[in-house]
Amino acid sequence: MPVRIQEHNFDLTQEIALLRKDDAAIGAIAIFIGTVRDLNEGAAVKAMTLEHYPGMTEKSLHDIVDQAKDRWDLKDALVIHRVGPLMPQDQIVLVAVTSAHRGEAFAACEFIMDYLKTLAPFWKKEDTPEGARWVDARVSDDQAMARWAKK
Amino acid sequence: MKLHLRFFASIRESLGLAHEDIDLPENIKTIDDLRSHLITRGHPWTETLAKDKVLRCALNQQMVSVETALIDGAEVAFFPPVTGG
Repeated sequence: MPVRIQEHNFDLTQEIALLRKDDAAIGAIAIFIGTVRDLNEGAAVKAMTLEHYPGMTEKSLHDIVDQAKDRWDLKDALVIHRVGPLMPQDQIVLVAVTSAHRGEAFAACEFIMDYLKTLAPFWKKEDTPEGARWVDARVSDDQAMARWAKK
Repeated sequence: MKLHLRFFASIRESLGLAHEDIDLPENIKTIDDLRSHLITRGHPWTETLAKDKVLRCALNQQMVSVETALIDGAEVAFFPPVTGG
């Protein structure tokens, strides 16, 4: 399964071993891991909860991975996103892309992350000393996605 | 037209509602019509779905623009801009 939504943590070594298993044509693996910071918008973050839209989340991530596969010559791709309660330093998201050469893997990994940030229905709620607050979307995320628009 | 409405994150919290089945009058044709219709319900709908607030909507679990035509029996969701990753 190229897309997984789960509450529990993931093990990078194990996931990469599975992803490249028996495929000797793979020459490059690009990996991105997003983690929880203890500071956001000037406030200390004690904990975080991730909400999502079950069903739509999986669909949108599959669609993003399919778009990446259409655009670049990839061997495979994997997206794991955690939901539920998380603490600073916890892993949130893993994007791993395999290809024959590094160019495709790097580009596709970044593309998948930029699209995920803008299109996949996840929402972060932070627990700060001033109380709980929903994280605001960033304009820079829209800009990051826009640069992939086909010319 | 019958729809299944769903609300997420800050929208769900401020409405105090996660989902609802609704039967709409015939003049409601688009996502934007639906939003205007819900706004007329008064507090907390009026301020939560106010047109000056940036919201995203999905029709049958696909993100769509406000001009999109509704489909009978569809699932329609309202939520704030996404913040995953």
